[in-house]
Parts: sequence; structure tokens; C-alpha cells
Amino acid sequence: MIYLELFWSFLQIGLFSFGGGYAAMPLIQERVVTNHQWLSMPEFTDLVTISQMTPGPIAINSATFVGIKIAGIPGALAATFGCILPSCIIVTLIAKLYLKYRNMAMLQGVLNSLRPAVVAMIASAGISILITALWGSGASILLSRTNWLLAAIFVGCIVLLQKFRMNPIWVMVLAGVVNTAFSLLTGK
Amino acid sequence: MENKKHVLLKIFVSTLYLSAFTFGGGYVIVTLMKKKFVDEYHWIEDGEMLDLVAIAQSAPGAIAVNGAIVVGYKLAGIIGAAVAILATILPPFVIISLISVFYNAFRTNFLVSQMLEGMQAGVAAVIASVVFEMAGGVIHGNNPVSIAIMVLAFIASCVLQINVIYIILICGLLGVIRTLIEKRRETK
Repeated sequence: MIYLELFWSFLQIGLFSFGGGYAAMPLIQERVVTNHQWLSMPEFTDLVTISQMTPGPIAINSATFVGIKIAGIPGALAATFGCILPSCIIVTLIAKLYLKYRNMAMLQGVLNSLRPAVVAMIASAGISILITALWGSGASILLSRTNWLLAAIFVGCIVLLQKFRMNPIWVMVLAGVVNTAFSLLTGK
Repeated sequence: MENKKHVLLKIFVSTLYLSAFTFGGGYVIVTLMKKKFVDEYHWIEDGEMLDLVAIAQSAPGAIAVNGAIVVGYKLAGIIGAAVAILATILPPFVIISLISVFYNAFRTNFLVSQMLEGMQAGVAAVIASVVFEMAGGVIHGNNPVSIAIMVLAFIASCVLQINVIYIILICGLLGVIRTLIEKRRETK
């Protein structure tokens, strides 16, 4: 049953994403794109883009987006519920244990080992997004097929973010505007 | 404290507001929660809020949802947590539902597709910049085991395409072992 599948997939996403922010991204890619093929890689990249532009955690945004696409509003509800259920149980449990023992050494220790792995997995998901952005999906990565305009936009954005500490949302809007302006000018 | 209905309403309204207007992810939202519930309403003490934030950040799942659970639970028990969760997921749910409708209708539109294409390059840059910062943090930590975890996890997910859930489980287990070894060393 599709509702159960959505619920179960997003339950795993909620259960295994440690560290907030982008930590859920590799898991969503694995479950939603690789495993179930509910979204194509370009759709997933659009989803990450949209999530960055709107408020709300990426996992909740994805649950809504994927749920609606696959099974309408009930699908979105099933996916969202799956996504928050582990949080509800685990947070309450930790809160209770913490209030009792006031000791989180073990949990902190586990997190210290997870954090480097999470960085690595975000990097890996980021690479697939970059490939989708510059070469499109399915196309092989050939130098001749590279979208050089987008490659230049990517480099420009890095400079704006790293060097000038510009707000990511404005950087992305700028990237969109520059690309649109160029395609209008060159009349492609 | 004020009567319960009033408290629940206030939890609902302030969490809804925070969730609808906070861009920039979970870390930002917990800071704003502190401002609201500690500095403005004086419902939670400063030190206790730090503990609640630590719990929200160390549990799996979206930090915004976890933060809503701890604050809601602390202020009004299970009902408080339920109200806070509802208020947190309602804005992204509504916004993404609306966007999905437009996405399907407009993705093929020339201007929208050019805009999204440019923004994909932008989001790739945003992720790259986040990864640089996080990886820099791990490297500056100067812990050889953490750096090794980062490199191996990257090879596992990017080159070997190993399921990210296995990577998380293995690294979590590694964290348990590391913490146990450290504890044994301390007691000796």
C-alpha cells in the first residue's frame, strides 16, 4: 500500500537524520530517488532548491512534496506523520532520561562520531546535485556537454558565499536571474 | 501560570509564527525560540533552555520539530508538544502543497525552468559552502579518528554507493565503542 510505503520511508528518514539542516538530504535522496524512484534526480534537485527558498525543515518539505506527488494530500499526511514520529518518541525519551540522569556523555560520544560521517554524506549528495545542475540527468559527464554558463554561476555563487558572506537565499535568486537573463539575451 | 487554554494558544501562535518566517534551518529557529520563551515570556529559565536545545539537536529528525516538542512538552505536557508540532509543520505543509501545484503547472514554462536551472547551480554552491565549513570544523578538531571517519564515509557513500543508513549505523556503533573506551581509560 502506497500510504504505508510513504510512511515507512519517511519514518526511516526521520529516524536516521542526525544533526539537522542538510543531514536529512542524503537520506531523502537514498529513499526517494534511488530506492523508490518517486522523484527523478532533477526533481529532487528542484525540491532541495525550493526547500532552501521556503521556511521549514527539508525533511518536512520533502514529505509534503513527495507525498502529494505520489498519493495526494493523504499521501503527504502519511509521509509527514512518518517523518515526525521518531522525533516525538525519541525526544520525549531523551528528555526523560536526561532529566533523571543529567548525563549525555554517551549520546554526545555517538554524535561526535556521526558528525564527520554526516558531513561526508552531505558532500556526496551535494556532488550529485552539482552533476545534475551542470550536466542534466542521465547525460554522461563529458566536457563538451557541460553547461558552462551554469558552471560559471556556480563558481560565482561560491565566491559570493565564501568571500562576501552573502545571504544564501539572495545568492540563489541572483543565480536564477542571471541564468534567465542570459537565455533571454542569447535567445535560446 | 496563566490558564491552560491561553498557554496552549500562545504556544500555537508563537510556534506557528516562528515556523512560517524562519529561513535558514533548525539552528536559527531554536535561537528564536529561546528569545521568545525565555527572554520575552519568561516561561523557561535560561539554563534549562540550553539543555532543551541540546536535546533537540542531539535527537534524530528536524531540529525545528524537536525544538517544538521539547518546548511544548516542558510548558504544557503531551498536549503542549502536540500543539507545538502542529504549529511547526503547518506552514511548510501549506506552502509546499501550494508550490507542488504550481510546480507541476509551471515547470515546463521557459522562464520558470531557466530560473530553476540557475538556482540549481546556486543551491549546489550553497551546499558546497556548507560542506567546506563543516569539513573545516572536523579537520580543525585535529582528531585523527574523526577525520578518518569523514574520509571513509565519503568513499563509502560517493564511490561505493553504500546505503547511507548502514553508514550511519556503523558510525553510531563506532561512537558507542569510542565512548566506552574513553570511559574505561578515565576510571583506570
